[in-house]
Formats: sequence, structure tokens, C-alpha cells
Amino acid sequence: MSKRLSDRMLSLRDWVDARFPLMHLWEDHLTKYYAPKNLNFWYYFGSLAILVLVIQVVTGIFLTMNYKPTAETAFASVEYIMRDVNWGWLIRYLHSTGASFFFIVVYLHMFRSLLYGSYRGPRELLWVIGMALFVVLMAEAFMGYLLPWGQMSFWGAQVIISLFGAIPYIGEDLALWIRGDYVVADATLNRFFAFHVIAAPLVLIGLVVLHIVALHSVGSNNPDGIEIKEKKGPDGVPLDGIPFHPYYTVKDMVGVAGFLIVFAAVVFYAPEMGGFFLEKDNFTPADPLKTPEHIAPVWYFTPFYAILRAVPDKFIGVLAMGAAIFVLFLLPWLDRSPVKSIRQRGTLFKVILAIFVVSFISLAYLGTVPATPIATLFSRIFTVLYFAFFLLMPFYSRWDKTKPAPERVTFK
Amino acid sequence: MRYLIFVIALLGLPQAGLAAGGSNVPLDKVDIDLKDRESLRNGAKLFVDYCLNCHAAALMRYSRIGQDLGMTDEEVTTELLTAGGKIGDTMTIVMQPKEAAEWFGTAPPDLSVLARVRGADWLYTYLRGFYRDDSRPWGVNNSVFKDVAMPHALWELQGLQEAKFETHVDADGHERETITGFTLVEPGSMTPEAYDAAMRDLVNFMVYLSEPSKLQRLELGKWVLAFLFVFFILAYMLKKEFWKDIR
Repeated sequence: MSKRLSDRMLSLRDWVDARFPLMHLWEDHLTKYYAPKNLNFWYYFGSLAILVLVIQVVTGIFLTMNYKPTAETAFASVEYIMRDVNWGWLIRYLHSTGASFFFIVVYLHMFRSLLYGSYRGPRELLWVIGMALFVVLMAEAFMGYLLPWGQMSFWGAQVIISLFGAIPYIGEDLALWIRGDYVVADATLNRFFAFHVIAAPLVLIGLVVLHIVALHSVGSNNPDGIEIKEKKGPDGVPLDGIPFHPYYTVKDMVGVAGFLIVFAAVVFYAPEMGGFFLEKDNFTPADPLKTPEHIAPVWYFTPFYAILRAVPDKFIGVLAMGAAIFVLFLLPWLDRSPVKSIRQRGTLFKVILAIFVVSFISLAYLGTVPATPIATLFSRIFTVLYFAFFLLMPFYSRWDKTKPAPERVTFK
Repeated sequence: MRYLIFVIALLGLPQAGLAAGGSNVPLDKVDIDLKDRESLRNGAKLFVDYCLNCHAAALMRYSRIGQDLGMTDEEVTTELLTAGGKIGDTMTIVMQPKEAAEWFGTAPPDLSVLARVRGADWLYTYLRGFYRDDSRPWGVNNSVFKDVAMPHALWELQGLQEAKFETHVDADGHERETITGFTLVEPGSMTPEAYDAAMRDLVNFMVYLSEPSKLQRLELGKWVLAFLFVFFILAYMLKKEFWKDIR
């Protein structure tokens, strides 16, 4: 009986395979897609980003069923979800915590690239697509943050959209066009809702597909920063490569479990995360007549917000903020080191990378506090250090004393 | 790598100092216990009697309070629905925000999620911080909310107190007055200890009100985490088993 069933399943598979490249895709992307065997902890964050994307899409769909995108009803409908919708509070916290974790995961994923030079050739396009993903993710998060229609939603959007007004000649009209009104209002909420639930997610998912297609074409980099495709066995399989499935599917499952433990701990025990994931002031409904004492964007935007505030001139500040993101796109062409991975880099690069990490985290912190003279001074110092990391890279990456890369990957 | 993390941690330390400071009035700590149903029930009663005339809590249903605090529909109706209405109603009020703004200068805010904005300690300090100030329209001011538009709605319970001020010169050379304590000049129907206990109940209820699902959240969290730990161990063992053949 059981044999007959498996035979039937196989003939079903063959029926499909004759009409759709099922086995071809399965092999190309899973069982015969070879990944380096030495991928470490830092390589969990790619698959985790997909996991968070799925969490956001699924919880987002359920939130949309009860959320009402008008200035009159938005705030109350979120509390309706929190109180009257069965499991609504869980769906909402999964979504709000998921937003912050998306950025944690993506920032760590990007840092992995910095560590091991994953943006270097032949992975420049993979990096550029990833950066485009990051920009769309920021837009997605920014527009989503307006939807609860709390004070921080409102005033955060007000401040960020008014930045477009700093652009000479067209700025004010552009800001007006984005808002659809002279201030952030019902029209803004409606269009942000449209962008947040359909436009941006479509682009995001499309870019994720491109990102994975590009990855599977060039293959994963690894902590040693060498190309496993250069050393192939007689069967054409990279000597240091192992099939993605089952080896990395089971390994990523461990990563998923570990991630979900941390994620669930926040969802169930600290969904506000001390005011960083859900800001206190956002539990007050939006009031266009009452400006909060201190307007701060959500934590994942604060490094760039701190750079904006560090510059005395508003328009130049906006340009600096844009440049802080844009310069990341250029990373593959700024790095002139003969090696990719931090394992072969010299002390110079390691120290400079450490300074960059400290600058980025400090800017993130400074973006959350009021702009006192001392905070502004520190913001300026760290802004200079942030840009110096990129703009001086063509020089120090060459001056750095590097070790030769190993022939084969190091494993255990 | 470890070296890098160490450097980051070391350089990060002085930054932590910047985060402190900036607080004005020290807040009195209140002990919140969402499992203390007696306290929540007493708080609900106080809330309905003293707050729910001017403030609404329009995002909350009476029936939900009944479910969460273990009250029958009849108990909710007699204890909380004193002004009439149905068990499934939300906690709205008759007073219109527009009229209220005319009477008080500003419309009293809805209290449904207020505890999440202000925090329990702030509310506890605020409710006990009204003092006589004849320059204000209602004859009272508040130690944590200066020139608040709200009258002391609970004065018949607490009585009336006067603030003890202390003047000192701050770092910029300006003279500043700070409140160091209160003296009760007109006793209310409650002793100061009883009033503090009542305010603790009221704040406890307001914390519950701001997130009624919190108890469910904490309860469910244990099981989810327990499941995930088991899943983690199984996933890890599975990974070990598969990776045995990789050299």
C-alpha cells in the first residue's frame, strides 16, 4: 500500500516536471547549489531576514483586516486590534517587534559583508541590490510608522517630509505633493497606507528575488574571503562546497530557533523595548496642534537622523543624510584591498572598522537624544568619522598590511 | 573578532553616562500588581466614580473589565455601570470635548492608554501631588504637572495639602523653587495612608486599562519560550547529525 502511494507521488512529480522545471529549480537552488562549508554565525542573518519578511507580510495581512486608515479612526482601530480582536494584541506586537528586528537582522547582515568583504567582486551587483533593498525597507518602515497615528507617527512624518522642503526651488511643492496637504493629514495617511501595504512590499519582494538570483549565480562568499568555485573536483563540484539542502537548511533551522527565542522574549515580555520599539509618545493620538517636546525617529533611523542634525544648514544636512546612505552603494569600488576577509586584513583596517562601528552606534544613540551643544559636538565628530571610513577607504585599504589568503577554506 | 567586540564595548562605556540626567521632579515608586484583582476592582470603582465624569476611556469595554477582573455581568452593572448603559458599551462620557475645552481650557484627555504614555510612577505621584495655589483657576496646582488644567477631583478623599518649597540656585545662576514635601492643611475623608493605598489601586487599574492583554501576554510567553527551547535543542541535534559527514 505504502509503496503504491510513493509510486503515485513520484509519477505526480514526473507529471509536473514534464510541464514545469520543478526538479531543475530544486536542484539548482537547493540540492545542487553548493555553499562554502565554513559559513559561521554571521551567515544566519540572510535567511533570518527572509523569515522576518514573511512574519511582517503575514501579520500585516491580518492587521489590515481590522485597521482603518483614516485620521479619524486609525488610532482607535489599533487599540481595537489590541483589545477586541481575538489574538489582535499578538498580531500587532509581532508586527511592531518584527519591524525593529528586521533592521537588527539587516544591519547585522550588512556588517557581515563588511567583515568578510562580501560586497567585493564578483558580488558588486548582489551588494547594490541589497542596498536597494535596504532603502526600500527604510521607506516601508517609515510609511508604516505613520499608520498608528500617534504623536510620534505624526510629528516624525511631519519632520521627515518637511526635509524635502529644504531642496531649493522645488522643495516646498515636492513636500506638498508627498503629503497631499499642507500638513501631514488624512490624505497623507491614506497614501502611506497604500504604499505600505502594497507598493513597497511588492518592490521589496521583487528585489529579494533578484538578490537571491544574483546570490545563487555568484555563490556565497565565506569567512576566508576566497572563491570556492576556483577549486573544483573532477565532478565539477567545488571541493569546499556542500549542498545547501540538507546541510544549510538544517543549520538555518537552528538559527531560526535561536532567533525566535530572542524575538518571542521581546514580543511577550518587552514589546515596547523601553520605548525604543514602541515610543511612549505614540500612545497619545496624533494632535496637529500640540508639538511634542522631543521628536525622535524610531531607533533604526537615528544614525542617519543624527548626521542630518549634525549639519547646521538644513539643505546640506539633508544632502549629508542622503550621502550617508548613498556612499554605502559605492563600497565595492572604494575597497582596494588585495584581500576580502578581515581574517587577512591588517591591524589598520581592524582599528578603522572598530572606529566605524563605534561611530555608527554612537550616532544611533545621539539621534535619540535632544540636540544639546555637547550632543551636537559628538554628532559632528562621529559624522566625520562615519564618512572618513568610506572616503578614505581607497587609501587605507591599500596601505593596510595584509596576510595572504589561504588556498582552501578553514574548517574546524 | 573578540578583540573587536571588546574595543566596541570599551569605547561604548563613556557614552552611557550621557543618557542619564534630564529628570525634573523625582517620582514616587508605586508597586503595580496586575494579578491583585482586589486592587484592580477597587481601582476600577474609583476610576468610574472620580475620573469617568470628565475623562473617557472610549477604547475599553465594560464587559472586558468584567472578564479580566473576574466579575459577573451583574457585578459590572451594579459596580461600574452606575450611570446606566449596556455591558458591551465602551467607557464613554456624556460631556462633549468641545464644551469641556470651554470649561477647563483644554479637553480632558481620553485615559484608555494614558498609563503607557506617562508610566505608573508618574500617575501615582501626580494623583498625590495636588497642592493649594490660589493663583490657579481651580485653586490647586500639581507638583509633576505644573499649571495643570485639572481640578483636584479627589480632594474630598485626600483633603487639601500645601507644598513646602525650597529655593536654591542652579548651575546657570538662576533661582529655582523645588517642592520638598507637603503638609495636609485640611484633612479629607481618608487618612494619608488610606489615600495612598487607594491611589495605588487606581494606578494599578489604569495600568491594566492601558494594556488589558498584558496578563495573557505574560502567561502565554512562558509556553511559547518553552516550546522554542525544545525546538532549538531538536534543531541543533538534527544539524549535528547531518553535519557529521562534513570534514
